[in-house]
Amino acid sequence: MSAELAAHARRGGTAHARRGADAHGGAGRVALVDLLDRVLAGGVVLAGDVTLAIADVDLVTVSLRALVTSASALAGPEDRGHAVTPGAERAR
Amino acid sequence: MTEPPGVWLYAVAEGVDTAILAGLAGVGGSAVRAVAAGGLTAVASDVDLAQYGETALERNLEDLDWLAATARAHHRVIDAVARHRAVVPMRLATVYSGDAAVATMLTAQAASFRRTLDRLGTRKEWGVKAHLAGRPEPEPAAGQPGPGSGAAYLRRRQQQLDAQRDGRRDAAASARAVHAELSGHAAASCCHPPQLPQLSGERAVMVLNAAYLLDAGSAGDFERAVTGLAARHPHIRLELTGPWPPYSFASTQEPPG
Repeated sequence: MSAELAAHARRGGTAHARRGADAHGGAGRVALVDLLDRVLAGGVVLAGDVTLAIADVDLVTVSLRALVTSASALAGPEDRGHAVTPGAERAR
Repeated sequence: MTEPPGVWLYAVAEGVDTAILAGLAGVGGSAVRAVAAGGLTAVASDVDLAQYGETALERNLEDLDWLAATARAHHRVIDAVARHRAVVPMRLATVYSGDAAVATMLTAQAASFRRTLDRLGTRKEWGVKAHLAGRPEPEPAAGQPGPGSGAAYLRRRQQQLDAQRDGRRDAAASARAVHAELSGHAAASCCHPPQLPQLSGERAVMVLNAAYLLDAGSAGDFERAVTGLAARHPHIRLELTGPWPPYSFASTQEPPG
């Protein structure tokens, strides 16, 4: 289980109740889920001579098992926290 | 470490001030340094191949805590450099056997890196996510029967399902309209796949996970546009993230969007 995800679940996903954190390290940390979208699927793919095969692999797929197995334990209704108030989550 | 270290790459830029790199901690707490060749600078750090070699990476990438720490370290370095310079971010887990191999790559790819650096310039990436706006229906407390007969219950259930279907259709239409308008503000745009609810902790259906490449001066207009769209599209809930280094637009091939 991921400690970071567990902490997120305890917060009830309230990171989404406001404008996302400043990616430039301002007020808060960026959400892991948004970061993984970018560092696993974005960026230039170069075949490093050490990680030659990994450059050809879809990293999202490689890491998917980790995400699902780590997260599934948290996805139960008890762990999902309360729903945030609709309307309060709009971008400002 | 017994074997020589590998060289982890974060980004490629032109003329990086090494003072920016001096205080940075890279993946695994490694010191960040510059490898220069072909008029370009690769931002890099030495990593233990027992943890960051290909075989180890295949295993470690499936460990979410390891992945989170590594992704954050990778981002921290790229973001620090991107605050000062145009950068081309590297995909996570690009590792070379030494500085000579990095220099060879930089020289061979110099023209395409320069084209990408020119295209990206000081532009930043912004993310906009949209979820189905929840109108939570009060559920009867467990064990307490709902009012009316079985037929009334089935009718109510059917109405709920119809409303759910209509809500998703309206949300999808709103998401398309939002993406079309925001793309008009951007130099380029693209859509990521919807995020896993297990990872986002978000129970509402995700209907848009987009990225926009914005000129340095247009972030204010963009943010106002998002606010205006949020007010006009009550079926969805919008969230803005950024500025990000231009991860989603870094391909040295044809620009997306």
